[in-house]
Amino acid sequence: MTEEVVIRAEGLTKRYGTTFAVDHVDLDVGAGEIVGILGPNGSGKTTTILMLLGLTEPSEGRAEVAGFDPLRDPLEVKRRVGYLPDSVGFYDGLSARDNLAYTGRLAGLSRREIDERFAESLARVGLPDVGRDRVATFSRGMRQRLGLAEVLMKRPSIAILDEPTATLDPHSTQEFLGMIRGLKADGTTVLLSSHHLDQVQSVCDRVALFNHGRIALSGSVTQLAHRVLGGGYVIDVEARGLAMGDQLLAIPGVVRVQGLGPELYRVDCERDLRPEIARRLAPSFDLLGIRFAEPSLNEVYTRYFDEARHAA
Amino acid sequence: MRRRGSPFTGVGVVLAKEAADYLSGARMWVLEALVFLTAIAAAYAAILSIRASIGESPFLFLRLLTMAQDPLPSFIALLGFLIPLVAIAIGFDAINGEFGRRTLSRILAQPIYRDALLLGKFLAGLLALTIGLLSLWLLTIGLGLLFLGLPPNTEEMVRMAGFLVATIAYGGVWLAVAFLFSVVFRAPATAALAALGVWLLFSLFWSVVTPLVATLIAGPPEGIFGPNLAYLHTAQILDRISPNTLYAEIALALLQPATRALGPVLYSQVQGALLGAPLPATQSFILVWPQLTGLVAAMIVIFAVAYVVFQRQEIRA
Repeated sequence: MTEEVVIRAEGLTKRYGTTFAVDHVDLDVGAGEIVGILGPNGSGKTTTILMLLGLTEPSEGRAEVAGFDPLRDPLEVKRRVGYLPDSVGFYDGLSARDNLAYTGRLAGLSRREIDERFAESLARVGLPDVGRDRVATFSRGMRQRLGLAEVLMKRPSIAILDEPTATLDPHSTQEFLGMIRGLKADGTTVLLSSHHLDQVQSVCDRVALFNHGRIALSGSVTQLAHRVLGGGYVIDVEARGLAMGDQLLAIPGVVRVQGLGPELYRVDCERDLRPEIARRLAPSFDLLGIRFAEPSLNEVYTRYFDEARHAA
Repeated sequence: MRRRGSPFTGVGVVLAKEAADYLSGARMWVLEALVFLTAIAAAYAAILSIRASIGESPFLFLRLLTMAQDPLPSFIALLGFLIPLVAIAIGFDAINGEFGRRTLSRILAQPIYRDALLLGKFLAGLLALTIGLLSLWLLTIGLGLLFLGLPPNTEEMVRMAGFLVATIAYGGVWLAVAFLFSVVFRAPATAALAALGVWLLFSLFWSVVTPLVATLIAGPPEGIFGPNLAYLHTAQILDRISPNTLYAEIALALLQPATRALGPVLYSQVQGALLGAPLPATQSFILVWPQLTGLVAAMIVIFAVAYVVFQRQEIRA
């Protein structure tokens, strides 16, 4: 994380009666970072986002976004933050331009700024020729892109994207992720909420895992893998032979072995065991390959919630 | 904790956008056409009747608005009936429509308070209503000029302008009711039904309800020695809860200048009065001032309730 913190939550809590929607969340996001927030439905992600935007009042705790308190200075926060809600809505009867001009005027942009930024933003999201078309004729993917164009038009220092790819096809999703990387390249800090773990892993510098309104884990994917997957190292072994799994598990320091294919095994280790694995397998097995595996966020997520369920 | 920044930031932008939507929307066109056609028909029918007795009254233009000609009711009766419908049609989906379109969180993520959204939308609705009523008012005067061949005198213009203001305030009350239900109910159909239910209660059933309740509170209308004054006062207070009653009383006092009192009149109060002689416009305005301020106050109170409910709502769309 960079030194300048642009989003900070300290003990942020939202209570409805006796139920905690968000339970004492602490979160720091550095300038220029892309931070993913993950978790099952109802785990408190959107409520946290709404509190950061000043759209919902926290029951306890405080937040600071772009140097302002969203509760006390919501207008200043909203001037600096672009927000893309999940399944974004537009006025169907208006054109794309009129929709964005309306929010542009609300954001305090002059007519000239709106004209200049509108064409540029639409071009960046891959919709250069639809400015005059009514939004009623747009597909879901186009609406989502238009939502991102609205964020871009505002030129915010922080972008908060709530499940932006939830309704997109795989091709559009990849394009959208490219646009999110483009935001980072512009120096924009991005807070991204998503259920698509592979996507989060591909764009985010750090992730925060929400569970029952709390941040259960946070850090880079590698840090999370260390904590959740037990071993500090994950090694992929490609080899041919019988009872390979048992052989690998018998090596001291191996925590877990998982078969990924007929000749491919993923080994969680306490330390770098590549030499030991090679020594143990080489005499009697065809060793085809051995390398460090990138820890998968999907694996971390699944394992964490499996263990949380068992613990419960 | 006190919020920084003006709650009115963005009101103008919301007002301009919403007013344009209201004025160009098909719904508004249909409703305006309905009001215009029926009101103009009523005024035209009244003109035909007035032309036969043109020298009988110094207030011909006021008679244009108050005279009924079978089978049509009077212009003011039609307005009293139709204006709430137009106001409800404008406001019933003002806020829940934003939830339904999932535009609310996107709009409120811009640097405005939700106060500005609600107030901007309400003022836009009131502006659309005002533009429609002003056009109708000018059209009626034009028709009068054309068919009666006489211009309205100053007193008539003052009284008609006062009536126009009262009609806008009356429409504002129903607009506020529609806004309240659009905030309370997430489904626009439910909000429209609830607002129409209130309108039906006050238009049709209130005159049935008030005598029953007044009797329960103050006893029967007739006492041993004549009319029961307590009953009359109670019935009048209950009647005046209805915006329709307040509007009808304003219309009566402003458009029929001979009206000297609203409600029960004692013999002692009319001693020495020249019955049938018109009151000066200023006196008529003094007579309807409580009703007029009552309508404005009702509009503000209902809007304030909608505002409080909206402030407490979760924005998740």
